[in-house]
Amino acid sequence: MTLLEVTLLTPLVGGLLLAFVGHRPIGGWINVAVSVVTFAASLIMALDVFAGGPQLTTGKLFYIDAFNVYLVALTAFVGLSTAIFSRPYMRHEVEIGRVTGGRLRLYHSMYQGFLFAMLLALSTNNLGVLWVAMEAATLTTVLLVSLYRTPESVEAAWKYFILCGVGIAQALFGTVLVYFAAEQKLGAGRDDTLLWTVLHASASSLDPTVLSLAFVFLLVGYGTKVGLVPLHAWLPDAHSEGPTPMSAVLSGLLLNVALYALVRLKMLVDASLHTHLAGYLMMGFGLVSFMVAGLFLHRQHDIKRMFSYSSIEHMGLMTYAFGLGGPLATFGALLHMTVHSLTKSAIFITVGHASQLAGTQRIDKIRGLIRTQPAVGWGLLIGTVAIAGFPPFGVFTSEFLLLTATMKAWPWLAVPLLVGFGVAFAGLFRHLHPMVYGEPPPGQKPVHANMLPVMLHLALVLWLGLAIPGFLARWFEQATLLISGASPL
Amino acid sequence: MDHQLTAWILAAVQTALFVAAAPLLAGWVKRVKCHMQNRAAPSLWQPYRDLAKLLRKDVVLADNASWLFRATPYVVFGAMLLAAAVVPLVAVDLPTDAIADVIVLVGFFALARFFTALAGLDIGTAFGGMGSSREMTIAALAEPAMLMAIFTLAMTAGSTNLSTAIHRVLEAGLVLRPSFLFALLALAMVAVAETGRIPVDNPATHLELTMIHEAMILEYSGRHLALIEWASQVKLMIYAVLIANIFWPWGIARVFTPEALAVGVTAIAAKLAGLAVILVVWETVLAKMRIFRVPPFLGFAFLLSLLGMLTHVVLETGG
Amino acid sequence: MDFAQLSLYNQAIIVFAALVLFTSFIMLAQARMLPLIFAFAWQGVLLAIVTALVAFVSDHPHLYISAALTVALKVFLIPWLLYRLAVRLNIHYDAEALRHPSLLLLAGAGLVIFSYYVALPIVQLSGLATRNTIAVSIAVVLIGMLLMIARKKAVAQVIGFMSIENGLFFSAVVSTYGMPLIVELGVAFDVLVAAILFGVFFFHMRESFDTLDVDRLTRLSEVHEALLVHEETGKQPPDGT
Repeated sequence: MTLLEVTLLTPLVGGLLLAFVGHRPIGGWINVAVSVVTFAASLIMALDVFAGGPQLTTGKLFYIDAFNVYLVALTAFVGLSTAIFSRPYMRHEVEIGRVTGGRLRLYHSMYQGFLFAMLLALSTNNLGVLWVAMEAATLTTVLLVSLYRTPESVEAAWKYFILCGVGIAQALFGTVLVYFAAEQKLGAGRDDTLLWTVLHASASSLDPTVLSLAFVFLLVGYGTKVGLVPLHAWLPDAHSEGPTPMSAVLSGLLLNVALYALVRLKMLVDASLHTHLAGYLMMGFGLVSFMVAGLFLHRQHDIKRMFSYSSIEHMGLMTYAFGLGGPLATFGALLHMTVHSLTKSAIFITVGHASQLAGTQRIDKIRGLIRTQPAVGWGLLIGTVAIAGFPPFGVFTSEFLLLTATMKAWPWLAVPLLVGFGVAFAGLFRHLHPMVYGEPPPGQKPVHANMLPVMLHLALVLWLGLAIPGFLARWFEQATLLISGASPL
Repeated sequence: MDHQLTAWILAAVQTALFVAAAPLLAGWVKRVKCHMQNRAAPSLWQPYRDLAKLLRKDVVLADNASWLFRATPYVVFGAMLLAAAVVPLVAVDLPTDAIADVIVLVGFFALARFFTALAGLDIGTAFGGMGSSREMTIAALAEPAMLMAIFTLAMTAGSTNLSTAIHRVLEAGLVLRPSFLFALLALAMVAVAETGRIPVDNPATHLELTMIHEAMILEYSGRHLALIEWASQVKLMIYAVLIANIFWPWGIARVFTPEALAVGVTAIAAKLAGLAVILVVWETVLAKMRIFRVPPFLGFAFLLSLLGMLTHVVLETGG
Repeated sequence: MDFAQLSLYNQAIIVFAALVLFTSFIMLAQARMLPLIFAFAWQGVLLAIVTALVAFVSDHPHLYISAALTVALKVFLIPWLLYRLAVRLNIHYDAEALRHPSLLLLAGAGLVIFSYYVALPIVQLSGLATRNTIAVSIAVVLIGMLLMIARKKAVAQVIGFMSIENGLFFSAVVSTYGMPLIVELGVAFDVLVAAILFGVFFFHMRESFDTLDVDRLTRLSEVHEALLVHEETGKQPPDGT
């Protein structure tokens, strides 16, 4: 699969290159260029797969089907737009002295390394390699969270490292159990026992007890990386203490990849068990995360922490949706993954500019954004409106689909969902209003801000909300068919 | 009938041998220790001479000594004698083996300890009370460890009777059991604590702050002291024989032919000699611990015996 | 007497597995830094021996490579890294004040019992000769987590983390005769990178917090944030920062 090789090798090579030249001005441009190449390759590959069906590489190590190809394209896209944003942003950070040259090199090379790890996790067929890639994604970003070397960022990075490390160790145990169950049925001595395609084909004959035990461990493990309550303690810290481009990709992309891993494994478990254990567990964790995060939103004093809790809330919603199962909820969840990714990264980019403007991340110190720099103010306003689930943005569409599915299957669960939506909306706007509309403190000046990525993302989200383009809808439909076994249309 | 008579005679001879050989073991330990520390060693028979000397001497009793003080040496020696009768030294399947199982053996030790502690308190001196309280603390911590180790062994052997247990181990041949490994380590640590060896107690000290066993028997003299000294030597030998014959029972006589018995005697002599050397090395390398560190030491022994039990259940059963 | 019928090598595997569990307990109760690192190295040695024995008994030669990898990584490289770190940070003679070591050890024993129950369905299904040791591997993972919870020093937490990885590797060896080599290599690589990153971390922590006591890392909790704001609402907001 040459296109796949290009998609994977480009960030890897780019990361190695940037390890040498990342601190020069050209480093930022190289970062952007590498991301462009990655995105182009992934887009062409996506169209390829969409037209020609799922592709398995020779050696069966990589498997691209409808579910992961659009995530690959999305990851590459958000990686690109964040790279565009990060170039002038990090320049500014170097100028004001928050980051040194050496750290900038680390940042750039690890940025590409992180993209490589995520793309590897998305495209691999081997469950063990999936685990290795997830752990690698954590490892590449740990030092980036503590890039500013303040005590808070070091603490955040430590928590991130330890909690995600321990969590993901559980996932490794779950993977071992899946391998064990597979070996029981498929026999030992085969090379392909950990391949998802092989497992999916023979899933109904795998032992249910072992698989349910495995799923519990996998849910705890990958669920830590998704940010499910009560395993979420690392998320607000890690997403708020790192540099803004980091927050954007961590919130927008890594959480998606973790959820993808979880859903892949749920597909296996569902075929083996004929109960809905996996679904119920995911629904439970998802709903709890959704509600708890919504409540925590109100108590936040740091703008990035607030939006991190919003990420937890939305990931909880998506987990709930995938757990609910059925074509409608799955379609909604897939759409939600896309629009959340786009909106959240756009928001974090805008927040980055806002905090540069105000010189602080404290909510009560940021005021009057719309007066000082209308682009930033409007960006934040529209972004928050989008993430809170207002029509006609895409988030509204996916949440509506989810509500419909809930009312069909579990009508009384629609009540906590609606309450949660309301609580989150109230929390976000209560904090947002003074930030955007308040009286700006004297001496606040606009900063150099490239709002193009933000506008692009929000426009896409709006488009997805108004009318999902045909090919994208069919794409989601294929993925829904794969995951839930039925078509929504 | 004839076989029964032989067996009973053999049992009596074995017990007598046990009790008679205990000072020899103590002498051997002392000799090896002196050699290790580059000192001139006393003769191997010195403990016998010491016991004989003590037996000839007069007994000096305090004015306020009660009957307990006078009775304790006999009770202690009697308990140790009974214990020696139960533990297989040279042969298994002797009729005395049915008197008591391992738990009652522990009970014998407890009986002896109980009386010694009371005797220490009897006269009313400070040292006696101090020794008694320390001894009871150590015993309270050591006994659960010992019992847990014994239960682990009993679970494998299917019985708490020593003779049966040794039979089972012999029949199974060379089997590497983790539960036995942990039980061995636990028993060794408990043995060190119970017989008052370094690092728990120094058998040679008379420094007031460090005495435990010595403090309880400080007031004894003459034949009373002889009996108590002898009893503690027998106790050391009992622990050594327990460890040697349960974990490495090869060589012990299962039939009562002269050849088997000769092999048995040689085997146990060799094992005891070896264990003595190990004990001496252990004592030379380690220093005596301060009293407040003995509970964690014994806690560790308990952990080992607990691990032995757990590994037995988890790893060895369930086929 | 089923155990007695196993071959001597299988018995040896079980004995060494029990010893691995024993080293876990030693690490749990060991307050001093250097003996802790040595105990971890010993765990690696024992683990490598078990892997080699399993490779011999089950005729899976790729496990020899795994064993060699374990020795290189968990016996030499990582303990050496940690030792060097401890010396450079000057904490190698530190002893942590453990609260209630006996309770910790009893909790460890409780975890062994819990792992036994968790592993029962797996053990019943498995046909491997080493299946009884699956419970031990789960116990090593759980005790590693207990170690991380109970300790305040960052180095001890790292050792707990590495011990969890030991347990996971062990569980793969005894339940499925090892994962495919590519996965094993990937996991080993991840562990190595994690160890290096931890090392870098300790220096950052030292710089920022002047201590490696993880209990002092409390600036980012929700409670702390609330207190911070409460303090500041009385004062005039400074401009800019």
